[in-house]
Amino acid sequence: MRLVDIAHARSGDKGDRADIGLFARNAADYAVIKREVTVQRIAEHFKGIAEGPVELWPLDNLWAIKIVLNGALQGNAARSLRSDNLGKCLAAALLRMEIET
Amino acid sequence: MKSVRIGAGLGFYGDAWAPIAATLERGEVQYIGSDHLSELTLAILQKDRMKDPTAGYTRDLVPMLTSLWPAARRQGVKFLLNAGGLNPQGAAAALSAEFSKRGWQAKIAVVSGDGVLDRLDELHASGDTLAHLDTGADIAEVRERMLFANAYLGARPLVDTLRQGADIVLTGRVADAALFMAPLIHEFDWAWDDWQKLAQALTVGHLLECSGQGSGGNFNAYGGEHGWQSIPDYPHLGYPIAEVSANGTAVITKAPGTGGRVDFDTLRQQLLYEVHNPHRYVSPDVVLDMGTLALTDLGKDRVEVKGASGLPRTDTLKIVGGYADGWAGSATIGYCWPEAYRKAQATERIVRQLLDERKLDYEEIHTEYIGLDSLHGPLADTSRADELNEVYLRMVVRTPDKRLAEAFPRQIPWLGLSGPPTASGFSGIEPARALLGLWPTLARRELIESRITVTVTET
Repeated sequence: MRLVDIAHARSGDKGDRADIGLFARNAADYAVIKREVTVQRIAEHFKGIAEGPVELWPLDNLWAIKIVLNGALQGNAARSLRSDNLGKCLAAALLRMEIET
Repeated sequence: MKSVRIGAGLGFYGDAWAPIAATLERGEVQYIGSDHLSELTLAILQKDRMKDPTAGYTRDLVPMLTSLWPAARRQGVKFLLNAGGLNPQGAAAALSAEFSKRGWQAKIAVVSGDGVLDRLDELHASGDTLAHLDTGADIAEVRERMLFANAYLGARPLVDTLRQGADIVLTGRVADAALFMAPLIHEFDWAWDDWQKLAQALTVGHLLECSGQGSGGNFNAYGGEHGWQSIPDYPHLGYPIAEVSANGTAVITKAPGTGGRVDFDTLRQQLLYEVHNPHRYVSPDVVLDMGTLALTDLGKDRVEVKGASGLPRTDTLKIVGGYADGWAGSATIGYCWPEAYRKAQATERIVRQLLDERKLDYEEIHTEYIGLDSLHGPLADTSRADELNEVYLRMVVRTPDKRLAEAFPRQIPWLGLSGPPTASGFSGIEPARALLGLWPTLARRELIESRITVTVTET
């Protein structure tokens, strides 16, 4: 199963940091994403994009995980050579991740 | 019990204001807060100002308010806008001139003092290191190349203008949420150390500062009834509206009869947007912990928001500077089936070889294939790349030398007749693009705030 099947997400930018909010639809799915979505797995998933450390905060009150990818935007959106200079598609890229339920 | 209703204005320079007209007509709001400035917008405005010293504010301001003011005036709605950009006085002058021409009366306020480009040396000398907030690098590395530097001001000077009866408040750089916090602090007379109320106000501002993203726009969710297709009536999507009570509890909603959706899902996507540590979301006026927030879906596009925890504000304000950081040159060329991807890849190899042979030396050469991996990069699934109907090769180079950036796209056109077959859709010789580095840093609050000026003028 992939994250897209049980969660939704939005990404944004601040300087060289891309940030992603990942949201489960219910408590049971939240338990799954909290277990599966770890700093290490995120770092592996975004290899080649995030050059700095990954940070992660679970928010039980929102069934959500806040993820920050440091060094992910080639400096910042106005310095980046990528088409997706703002990292708008990184949330969708996260939803590709394979998970165990 | 008294409540205050605030509507979301623009979420960026270039956003649409038709949804604000719907809010004015049917949203029963008293205020509109409008955010025209992303981190990068000041770079655009800086270029405008270099060409014309009376420019430097966002040019959507005058047409937007010309269109919306008659309805706003009828309803007594006030506007707070950071459309002043690098030149809030210039923005006010342009707006006043237009209003005078039409015989419209309004009290227009200007908040300035956020611009610190010409004060960087002074701030540095007085003890602020101005080191890069993330890397710790010394500002001397980029000082000579700095094009703008602005502090994020808080809500206090905006509240001052409202107390003086301002109808339209024009600012430069302020924290986006301050545009929404100010009316609440003014109306409810909240104390500047009532951290819980300020934290609620910051939450409300954050939910409203990105226009349609707070009401179902860019709702990145999949799966039929739960997904993006379930958002009603995109063409008439309504921007979010906050209805806030004196105790700080808020209901987020939107104008009746508009498209979009305000529910637990659409709202929490916006709540965490561009937030880093959600337990320490720092604004000039308060530090917010989102870990105690409760979002309750009341149905019918209404979500109650309460429980924000506030921590005391910091002694520093954030500054973001922008500096010239080289040039980009780019070119795009398409290929069709059969073997579209292979032909595009061959062209990439040919171009790289020629750059080598011609000793065109670039800091970085970025390649992406539009239609295959330009948005997901190394995460894209390329397993079916052999059967693509078409694909575009996009190559971008980075260099400190503008002429070298301009030289890059000229290496491409001849391949149309002398390279791999079916080249089509060449983007042309695109002009070089100036790249911008950002310099986030901190300065002591009192050194910035002591220079803020507020003026209110009647047209």
